[in-house]
Amino acid sequence: MSLFGTGAMGRVVRSGVGRRRAQTLVIAVATMMAVASAVVAGALMVAAAAPFDDAFKKQQGAHITAQFDPAKANAAQLAETGEPAGVTASSGPYPSTAFRPVDQAGFPMPTLTLVGRSGPDGDVDRVELKSGRWAQKPGEIVLSASIEGPSVAIGATLEASDTADAPTLSVVGFAVSAGRSADAWATPAQVDALAALGNPATSQMLYRFDTAGTKKQILAHRAELAASVESGALLGTQSWLDTKRAADQGAAATVPFVMAFGVLGIVMSVIIVSSVISGAVGTSLRRIGILKAIGFTPREVVRAYVAQALIPAGAGIAVGVVLGNLLAVPLLAESESVYGAVSLSVAWWVDVAVPAAALLVVGLAALIPALRAGRLHTVEAIAVGRAPRTGRGQWAHRVLGRLPLPRPVTYGLATPFTHPVRALAMLLAVAFGTIAATFAVGLTSSLGAVGASQDPESRAAVTVATVKLNNTAPPPPPVGGAAASPSPVVSSPAGTSKPKVADPAKVRAAVKSEAGLESYYGKLRTEVAVAGVSGSVEAGLYEGDSRSGSYEMLSGHWITGKGQVVVPSRFLERTSTKVGDTVRMTYEQESADLRIVGESFDTSGNELEVHADMANFPAAEPSTFLVEVKSDVSADEFAQKLAAVVRPLGGDATTVPPAEQKSVILVMDAMAVLLTLMLVSVAGLGVLNSVVLDTRERVHDLGVCKAIGMSPRQTVSLVLASVSAIGVIGGLLGVPVGYMLHGIVMPVMGRAVGTGMPSSVLDVYGPVELLLLGLGGVVLAVLGAMLPAGWAARARTATALRTE
Amino acid sequence: MNQVIELEGVAKRHDTAGAPALGPLTLSVAKGEALAVTGPSGSGKSTLLNLIAGLDKPTAGVVMVAGRRIDQLSEHALAKFRREHIGIAFQFFNLLDDLTVTDNIQLPAQLTGTSRRAAAARAGELMEMLGIHKHARAYPGRLSGGERQRVGVARALINRPELLLADEPTGALDSASGHDVRDLLMDLHRGGQTIVLVTHDLALAEACASRTIHLVDGHLALDTYARAVR
Repeated sequence: MSLFGTGAMGRVVRSGVGRRRAQTLVIAVATMMAVASAVVAGALMVAAAAPFDDAFKKQQGAHITAQFDPAKANAAQLAETGEPAGVTASSGPYPSTAFRPVDQAGFPMPTLTLVGRSGPDGDVDRVELKSGRWAQKPGEIVLSASIEGPSVAIGATLEASDTADAPTLSVVGFAVSAGRSADAWATPAQVDALAALGNPATSQMLYRFDTAGTKKQILAHRAELAASVESGALLGTQSWLDTKRAADQGAAATVPFVMAFGVLGIVMSVIIVSSVISGAVGTSLRRIGILKAIGFTPREVVRAYVAQALIPAGAGIAVGVVLGNLLAVPLLAESESVYGAVSLSVAWWVDVAVPAAALLVVGLAALIPALRAGRLHTVEAIAVGRAPRTGRGQWAHRVLGRLPLPRPVTYGLATPFTHPVRALAMLLAVAFGTIAATFAVGLTSSLGAVGASQDPESRAAVTVATVKLNNTAPPPPPVGGAAASPSPVVSSPAGTSKPKVADPAKVRAAVKSEAGLESYYGKLRTEVAVAGVSGSVEAGLYEGDSRSGSYEMLSGHWITGKGQVVVPSRFLERTSTKVGDTVRMTYEQESADLRIVGESFDTSGNELEVHADMANFPAAEPSTFLVEVKSDVSADEFAQKLAAVVRPLGGDATTVPPAEQKSVILVMDAMAVLLTLMLVSVAGLGVLNSVVLDTRERVHDLGVCKAIGMSPRQTVSLVLASVSAIGVIGGLLGVPVGYMLHGIVMPVMGRAVGTGMPSSVLDVYGPVELLLLGLGGVVLAVLGAMLPAGWAARARTATALRTE
Repeated sequence: MNQVIELEGVAKRHDTAGAPALGPLTLSVAKGEALAVTGPSGSGKSTLLNLIAGLDKPTAGVVMVAGRRIDQLSEHALAKFRREHIGIAFQFFNLLDDLTVTDNIQLPAQLTGTSRRAAAARAGELMEMLGIHKHARAYPGRLSGGERQRVGVARALINRPELLLADEPTGALDSASGHDVRDLLMDLHRGGQTIVLVTHDLALAEACASRTIHLVDGHLALDTYARAVR
């Protein structure tokens, strides 16, 4: 039995739904698209926000994690730093060091920040033990749960370094610090013992403040901390805001653009559903009159017309929820890989709230015209369609009829003025479709620019490595689930399974002596420790003029020599530093104080990749040489010749393969294309619906025109002309709004991953592109009208003439 | 005498099971002739008119109009043929409410590509001739039934068609307006216009037509020549 029974009401509703297939389809698809977009947006927002905040609150996470030089500030002095007004709680000092253990398989792990704590609890940073127990004696270690894996489990042993006499540490537990105060914990005595072996020793203090919601507040507290101890004693700090951003960023970057599409979809759905329903009522006046004449009450008429909207909308909503859940999975998977604690399913309440809201919107959109239908006087309704129309649109026919264009065209151009509200709905559908297309084109261009800017090594014509390129050691497991870089640049080889490494000096000599060389620079991609930053930091160390391999700069300049470092925006935020400040960086056993000379555009997720001159660390040697060849020299031939020389040494040479785009960019590209296609399709369906209504209303007039000699082609041109002006205006409105939307959303997406956006990413529209997008509005309108235009042209004249 | 219409064994079935709506029918109409088609409802009058106008296609037989076989033409060719050779006046006028009287009348001329100036001149001439020139800028909704039918006839004549088809031209009019339209048709016939007039009104048929055919169940039941139209 149907929802509305098998009686008269059910039959009326079913026949209404079945008779108006185009409108039914438009309502179903419009609601489906809106619901799918809203489910994806809602799921991502939940994934982006909730887990970190909950965990941080529960653990009383540290707003500032500070590292002090124990030689300049003793325990008593550090304890006093937790006393000033504004500090609500503090913990420490805890001895801290950075070390690079080697796992059971002999592979070196990333550099880890190890903190000596006698237990997981405290006033600040109540570390949550996920499995095992806390370290109780030297030789035991608790690792961050993000490091857990097949070769790193409870009971596994780690060597504290790759030296022969390194102490062995037994893994006894895994724990999570929401504020990421450390990567590993051991007893204070164990930390002191490791520091005594030459690892850097610092003192860690953890603070909570009464106000710490903004970067400005964090900077003010940091300044107070620095002032409360001897100058130079505060080596570095880590802000909880940056930790939160790092935790959220996997999903956070996608939220603004999904939200933009979601809002577009919802607004467009409301407009189209309202226009479809009011159109259905408008063209059913006689039917409504007849229903009332045979005994339907006004309330029953209202119910019948609301039901005619709710049935297809309900189907669209059901499909939209399923589609939204399917679309959300790849994006949630991306978030999960970053944060490690995100469920791959959409929150249940999102799946309930979104359809409920959609039903409410559709119901309201349908109710208003349905109430109008219910209020119509019976005789008035029946008479509609029989009496001549007067008034609306006649002036437009009079004016436009004078244009020096074929008569069917001028007749069509004036048609929208007969139904201004319907024409407005069509205009909005075209405009929103154009906005979506403009936004999506800008977004994909920007994402392409982001992808290109993140792989500067790929600009080099030839890559020369000191190891065989197919013989590199597997990369170390990423910290926090961050993806490994796809760059062809070789990581610093280490560990027990070292491949044969060519002497960099010999490789350099081979590069310099090869005919056809234009320029080159050397690079070592490695890990360094930065005072104040827990865990290791990715670093690119450069030899020679590396400008051709530079990142896009947001401020300052690229490194020009020794003593300089270029850092990404997140580094500045995490360490509460700015361009011009100095940081201490340690590569293996060598430390250097480097001045930050530039802020790089870097979207590499959790990693903080810094760039410095290799001369700062005498022990560092290039693992890769990036080469430019002269314009008349083939890069392939150059690489082949060079490979023949360096392969016997243990090295290799190749032309750089095309840059691989990051998976999150590919996912966003795919989402943008998919959501745009959905929005443009819905816009086209909106136009289709309006033109179908118009054509149905004017079928008699079209029959008259055909009877007096209008050819099918002229009929098509009449119908298409009726939407072309709307297409032009929709394009003119849609392109600038889509342009502005792109200009708003891209910086928001950048902020979500902790970076600004350079002009190469923001200024992606060219004049030709904008013109074509504007014409897209016309194409959209014409495509939407093509089907009913064909129907009008094919309609049998004699039948059309009999139609009232 | 030149034949404007020649039908040879023309039949039309609306469905395969039932009897044909028309024919088989063989009929010819000479140039300058005014043929009235009469008969009860469902006798096939409108079907015959639609076949002659090229608005419908026969199931069998040959339809020649103005020397051209039209039953095999494409929709595009039929539209072109209609606007050049046939004018139609409808029972319910079928004027476009959005357009002024002048624009309604000019429309078929504009569809053929006639210049705006030439179309306006011809429309003015017809409005003058039919006595509706004072309504040139009015919209059809403001006119009486008789005036609207005059506009319909003017529109039908704008391209100087060889054949004027009139489908119950007085069916929707009061008697005074009906007389006006009858006089108009008589004048046109006297001027040499070939007319096919479908009507229930025997008096109108007698007054306007030089020849009357009577259809019953789709078949020709009577074919009579009248005295000359006065």
